[in-house]
Amino acid sequence: MAVTKEDAWGVQARSQTTGSTHDENELRVAGFWVFLATDMILFACLFATYIVLRGNTDGGPGPRQLFDVTGFTEETFILLTSSFTCGLATHVMHEGRRRALVLWLSVTALLGLLFVGLEVSEFVRDVSVSATISRSGFLSGFFTLVGTHGCHVSLGILWMGSILFQVMRQGITPAIARKLTIVGLYWHFLDVVWVFLFTVVYLMGVM
Amino acid sequence: MLPHYWPTLVTGDPLIYGADASIGLVSIAIVFVLTYYKKWGWLWREWLTTVDHKKIGILYLIAALLMLFRGGVDALLMRTQLSRPNLHFLAADHYDQIFTTHGTIMILFVAMPLIFAMFNIVVPLQIGARDVAYPYLNAISFWMFFFGALLLNISFVIGGSPDAGWVSYAPLTENQFDHGPGENFYIMALQITGIGSMATGINFIITILRMRAPGMTLMRMPLFTWSALAASIVVIYAFPALTVALGLLLIDRVAGAHFFSMDHGGNPMMYANLFWIWGHPEVYIVILPAFGVLNEVFPAFSGKRIFGYSTMVASFMAITILSFLLWAHHFFTMGAGPGVNAFFALASMAIGIPTGVKVFNWMFTMYRGRVRMPMPMRWAVGFIPNFVVGGATGVMLATAPGDYQYHNSYFLIAHFHQVLIGGTIYGMFAGMYFWWPKMFGFLLEERIGRLAFWLWNVGFYVTFFPQYLLGLMGMTRRIYTYPAGMGWSSLNLLSTVGAVIMGLGFLFIVWNILYSVMHRSELRDVTGDPWNARSLEWSLPSPAPHYNFAVIPTITRRDEWWEIKKYGRTEDYRPQPGEIQDIHMPNNSGRPFLFSVAFFVVGLGFVFEWYAVVILGFAGVLAIMLHRSQEVDDGHQIPADEIRHEEIALGRL
Repeated sequence: MAVTKEDAWGVQARSQTTGSTHDENELRVAGFWVFLATDMILFACLFATYIVLRGNTDGGPGPRQLFDVTGFTEETFILLTSSFTCGLATHVMHEGRRRALVLWLSVTALLGLLFVGLEVSEFVRDVSVSATISRSGFLSGFFTLVGTHGCHVSLGILWMGSILFQVMRQGITPAIARKLTIVGLYWHFLDVVWVFLFTVVYLMGVM
Repeated sequence: MLPHYWPTLVTGDPLIYGADASIGLVSIAIVFVLTYYKKWGWLWREWLTTVDHKKIGILYLIAALLMLFRGGVDALLMRTQLSRPNLHFLAADHYDQIFTTHGTIMILFVAMPLIFAMFNIVVPLQIGARDVAYPYLNAISFWMFFFGALLLNISFVIGGSPDAGWVSYAPLTENQFDHGPGENFYIMALQITGIGSMATGINFIITILRMRAPGMTLMRMPLFTWSALAASIVVIYAFPALTVALGLLLIDRVAGAHFFSMDHGGNPMMYANLFWIWGHPEVYIVILPAFGVLNEVFPAFSGKRIFGYSTMVASFMAITILSFLLWAHHFFTMGAGPGVNAFFALASMAIGIPTGVKVFNWMFTMYRGRVRMPMPMRWAVGFIPNFVVGGATGVMLATAPGDYQYHNSYFLIAHFHQVLIGGTIYGMFAGMYFWWPKMFGFLLEERIGRLAFWLWNVGFYVTFFPQYLLGLMGMTRRIYTYPAGMGWSSLNLLSTVGAVIMGLGFLFIVWNILYSVMHRSELRDVTGDPWNARSLEWSLPSPAPHYNFAVIPTITRRDEWWEIKKYGRTEDYRPQPGEIQDIHMPNNSGRPFLFSVAFFVVGLGFVFEWYAVVILGFAGVLAIMLHRSQEVDDGHQIPADEIRHEEIALGRL
């Protein structure tokens, strides 16, 4: 019952016996895709709730009064750019260019930080005109949906920081390459979610 | 920052003082025994830090049986209260708390850990893997479940239990109607255990898709593994909806938002929708693995291959998809309109078709087989009439116009107990008796097992058949007492008698286990294949060595082990000394345990709305994640020589 080399699943079994890190890394990337599916459902439920509650402003401020076109357009461009720089980071990682990797990863995290900063200032501005989470069903839905995305981005920044630290200490090892691939997937996923937020919440709100 | 609610002891009821005293005594006894026998180190090294799927499975099983006891005591308290009209054994508010914790515990802390126990113990062995895809994450799953269960259980003595039913419907659960930490306990306990469940779902999907032995194509997989795959798919798509429902409810309660409130533009119906988008698939999550167990048990004890393997697979997948299209049948009466109700009624009836296919396939498997009736088969055969009646009453409930009569009556109570006990619990007990030797190396004794089965089975029908009638007579669920002269008294008394018989059945199962542990030398399974069964796990010694397979086998057909035995090739199937190589195995780690403790702290912080504690807990979670992230190698190599020695000791080389 030896493992034959030609067998597709033999590769898997061999990696278990030899402990080769390559396949274990690939396994973890596969699992992260499944995790993203669960996160997608989470956002889908939040979107559904927002859409149900969108019109329920209870006489308080609505999307037209609150949403600032310049503000959310800036946020959108910043996050889309960060997704591009994140792609560049993955690209230079494959070429083994450590310093370029540190640069692009830092730029991505900084753009993320800028995005979160703009979002926080938007929230502060809303609250200052008494548009709080407890004002109406619409605002509960808005703050929770946009805030959940913002929390995801914040976590992504911390995550990138931790990986940045590891890249500087250990260089580009297979394990770190895997971590970068995963955080990249996460970041691009958040970008896609933002595109929907931009459309469903902001654009449809001001139109 | 001080807590919004003080964590005070619950007072005022002698039953609760009794529980306080017994919890205290049991805790002192556990600490004493562990210290006296110097077992703390053993507990930490062998169990609290383990990442071995077989041990994690055993932990799930033990936790589930303990929780079954707690949920069962709740049930007996309720049945005692309802045994006669106008009883005041329990006060109304206490009764509310007990039916809430009964339902929550039975679904999330009994049914879920039972199925995860079976996944863990069986799936890697059936597919020829050395562990699951992510052993470390697997340990996190267990400990998140464990601390979630602990959080719900301490609500009984500290702060007060949730009291709005296991569904915790808004707006009743909004702060203005249900003030206090009770509902917060419910929300946080379910959130914490839910994270663990989602991780288990991801883990088993990847394990099954990526870790199979060479040659084991999807259509050669044992059907229990198919059921685990189907249930895991449902888990990952259903649980996020629960996370959102409970998360929004928590935001409503602690931040004064208006998702599900009656005023300021909230929409309470949205809670019912989100909850049941998880809740209905959830019942399929817990029944699919029971189907899976039966798919192993019937062929093993009929000496025949399963009838209709491909239709079994197809029906698993059909149920997986259909389970997401039924949720609104839980609230036909809320007035969604005839179009919506008709769609959900038809979808609910349609799911009876793949389920019916399975029942027929099991019966055709037994037909003209050499049927033996040891304990696993008894529970499996007991399952069939139970599930058929449960399914038929389910179709009655699915008929939307009829549901306006049955809704929230004891007819519904009887129906879902029939499918959850008669389905899930019977299936899981069949699995427990079937794989017990694989877990521990000895069988469970038959004679006591049979007594337990008959007590449980008779008790079951005596408890729940009167409840169908009570429902048709108009008795609604969740009432804590009723006046005399309704014509309900004698049926209620009968139902209570049945519940006591089931309670005895449970005690006999416990006795069965304890007796078998004490007589394990006589009950030892030396062959590794005590039932003459069919799939790969039975080719290993009982219990399986920690690395499972010294050499990963190559699979050539379905029911590989059965075919090998049929052609007398079992000797060839043993590992050859030359083939054994070093094995890479994951390291044990204390972090999954500590990570879950940190989440438990977060949970406590939210329960008492004490945000300093929440921040402390999250800091702990983050610190442990960062620590894990810095780890370069989380595995170790077992040298081939050591494995050869172990295989020689097991008599396999």
